[in-house]
Amino acid sequence: METVKNSGNKQITSIGQSIKDTIRNNIRQYAMLLALVAIMIFFQIATGGILLVPMNVANLILQNSYVFILAIGMTICILAGGNIDLSVGSVVAFIGAIAGTLIINMKYSIVPTIIICLLIGALIGIWQGFWIAYMRIPAFIVTLAGMLVFRGLTVTMLKGLTLSPFPEKFQQISAGFIPDVFGGFGTKLNITAIIVGLILAAIYLISEIKKRAERIKYNFDVLPLPIFIAQIVVVFAAIGIFTYWMAAYKGIPVILAIVGLLIIAYSFFTTKTVQGRYIYAMGGNEKAAKLSGIDTNKVLFFAYVNMAILAAFAGIAFTSRLNAASPQAGQNFELDAIASCFIGGASAYGGVGTVVGAIIGALVMGVLNNGMSILGVGSDMQMTVKGLVLLVAVAFDVISKKKSRS
Amino acid sequence: MMSEYILEMRNITKLFPGVKALDNVNLKVKKGEIHALVGENGAGKSTLMNVLSGIYPYGTYSGDIAINGEVCKFRDVTDSEKKGIVIIHQELALIPYLSIGENLFLRNERSSHNIISWNKTYRDAAALLKKVNLSENPETLIKDIGVGKQQLVEIAKALAKDVKILILDEPTSALNDEDSDNLLNLLIELQKEGITSILISHKLNEVLKVSNNITVIRDGKTIETFENDENVSEDRIIKGMVGRELTNRFPSRKPKIGEVNFEVKNWTVFHPLIEGRKIIKDVNFKVHKGEIVGISGLMGSGRTELAMSIFGRSYGKHISGEIIKDGNKITVHNVRQAINHGIAYVTEDRKSAGLNLIDDIKSNIPLAKLMKISKRNIVDENKEIHVAEQYRKKLNIKSSSILQKTGNLSGGNQQKVVLSKWIFTDPDILILDEPTRGIDVGAKYEIYKIINDLADEGKSIIFISSELPEILGMCDRVYVFNEGRIVGELSREEASQESIMRCIMQSNREVV
Repeated sequence: METVKNSGNKQITSIGQSIKDTIRNNIRQYAMLLALVAIMIFFQIATGGILLVPMNVANLILQNSYVFILAIGMTICILAGGNIDLSVGSVVAFIGAIAGTLIINMKYSIVPTIIICLLIGALIGIWQGFWIAYMRIPAFIVTLAGMLVFRGLTVTMLKGLTLSPFPEKFQQISAGFIPDVFGGFGTKLNITAIIVGLILAAIYLISEIKKRAERIKYNFDVLPLPIFIAQIVVVFAAIGIFTYWMAAYKGIPVILAIVGLLIIAYSFFTTKTVQGRYIYAMGGNEKAAKLSGIDTNKVLFFAYVNMAILAAFAGIAFTSRLNAASPQAGQNFELDAIASCFIGGASAYGGVGTVVGAIIGALVMGVLNNGMSILGVGSDMQMTVKGLVLLVAVAFDVISKKKSRS
Repeated sequence: MMSEYILEMRNITKLFPGVKALDNVNLKVKKGEIHALVGENGAGKSTLMNVLSGIYPYGTYSGDIAINGEVCKFRDVTDSEKKGIVIIHQELALIPYLSIGENLFLRNERSSHNIISWNKTYRDAAALLKKVNLSENPETLIKDIGVGKQQLVEIAKALAKDVKILILDEPTSALNDEDSDNLLNLLIELQKEGITSILISHKLNEVLKVSNNITVIRDGKTIETFENDENVSEDRIIKGMVGRELTNRFPSRKPKIGEVNFEVKNWTVFHPLIEGRKIIKDVNFKVHKGEIVGISGLMGSGRTELAMSIFGRSYGKHISGEIIKDGNKITVHNVRQAINHGIAYVTEDRKSAGLNLIDDIKSNIPLAKLMKISKRNIVDENKEIHVAEQYRKKLNIKSSSILQKTGNLSGGNQQKVVLSKWIFTDPDILILDEPTRGIDVGAKYEIYKIINDLADEGKSIIFISSELPEILGMCDRVYVFNEGRIVGELSREEASQESIMRCIMQSNREVV
């Protein structure tokens, strides 16, 4: 998804200049991607190779799936104007309580439960979005209130107790793997995962070639062929390594497939669609967006409804992983999600950031957590390190921008 | 030997990137006089006062400032205040949620050992308020008193700093006549106590009423200083303010004017917050195809409010009146409808309301009509690049590439991006609000050319400006706008700087 966009009429712009502009505009994302790789290499060595063992990679993804989902929604809230949503941790717990009550106490089956949970998420979003977008009460305050309200309702609903266990099928949402329907050719590798990897690589290759052909047709400048090929080789290598990790363990986790689809869908939505552009425009300058005919209230409202629905989804995933509905669930999740967005290059004032960036941010934090856990570093130190990483990432961005301006 | 002049500014020159804001300006103010400083918007009055008060510190300008014959080098406002120079800006610098007393002694607190003495604060405040004839409890919050009284508090604040030279920048622009009179009388009283005042004002009748000497500034140069005696009239001052040559500042054009295609009837708009306050009062005007119609008026006369209320009710409430396009009445209740009806509004404030400064040229241009380059809601990025390159070339937007952020462009190039954005919406009617504000002369010429081309394509242009030469150089017909009303309509032949100024002055007198 991370392609170098380049553009410009050959007669006017040099390729170098537009690439320079692209890099300047996305410096934090590239920097964080490099940082992620560096952190991974560091822990790979420090843990004696345990970090990137296929089983641990799968674990890392399962452990952090809820952060990925929340970070996607948080990105949109932040983009729309630097607003954050503090209520998502409590919403995760609240949805868990509802799922527990429906499935364990009232014996509902799984699909209706999920539908009800997502609908309740939507209602929560409509409630908060109304105050934020139409009454213009600061999002910070509305969602702080939501954080208290939904935590309170969770405890009330669960009467302070933990509901457990959930049926096997519900647990599969976050613990299951996609069955290897093509498996059994006398290899231990998961064939389905390999096939999916190959398909992804093929889609990437075809779309890149098509894009390049179109640009040449329009007479826009394109990357020089060697660099273009190098770019494809790097992406192929990444897909290859990842496919191997999946194939060498149990295959593709169900939740990874879902999160993957969400990332692709929201990335596409934010960068390619008209409404996605409106979000960026509003975050960049609300007044100008309004005078360009954009219904900024509607955009903000949508951001919070969407966030709450994704929080409900994260609630289902987390409850399934925990195999319990706990009144304490989801604490500080909002902070993980917010930190992921900022580490991944989002601006605290809105209008800058990407879904992919937020996922990179979430991965940085996830790898830090996981790596330090393997090394036996206590959770107290982990928190400290994560805090400092957040500060350093944002400071790096702010300072490098100041330099490029002067 | 003491100088006859309390203040002398000698050969002050101040450069901004690409613009010479002040060019060898001289200003001599006698002790104890009220000295009026007049000139058009952008002539350099405020810049000169900012140099004097240390906002532009010593070293950023060339020339000398002498107080009582002694050359001063102010590093900041604190330095100039030590010499007794206090400036009261058009935008008042009071803090709304602090009391009058707290505001009076801000940065000048009545305290001992860093602990504020509230008794002394309010006792001294009461004494100061008495001096400026303001009977208010000093513990009242600033937000609870009117603008006229706030202006008096500003003066009292200056007195608290032991002011010798009081500079007032358009002090009466937001005041009603009673408050204005009060303020002017107060200036005369202070004069008797030996306080020198410099009055910057557009209201020439006020200048004539209170000032002893008048200095006229035009295009960053001192034109003349003369004594205000019985022989001086408003026309005499206007002549000094506007007498400049207009050769070659505007590209030539042969207007091809068609039938009327846009009409606004009985347009009335109320203030969005203050109930019952009319901002636009029963305005009627029309525009022909291919015509550039000027709306001339001073800042704050309601021109922007008029334009924005027409543009999808972006300003005001209880809006009444009709908008007629091509003979049909149209509904324009929001910006989207306005754009769909072919109306475009280029804001006077491109930075805060025109552009997404943190995004690139490519994304800014198509924003107001993204659907044009989208299919099934998905933006065609190739078309987007194509459009951006096209406008970059056509309007000569100087930039490293279309991926350059608009925040890093110069004012003139930013304005070209804003114009591109609105031309992209295929408008029939373009409302341009101060389209050349803060732009250097070369870029201005380019923008004038773009505007002329648009008119030649048959579009109707509504050209709002407070710069008279620009109105005269560009417009086929001029509406004179003042205090929310149209107070005159002049053909190209009738329009002159004098006739426009006269319309405004006359209407000011009528309101009195």
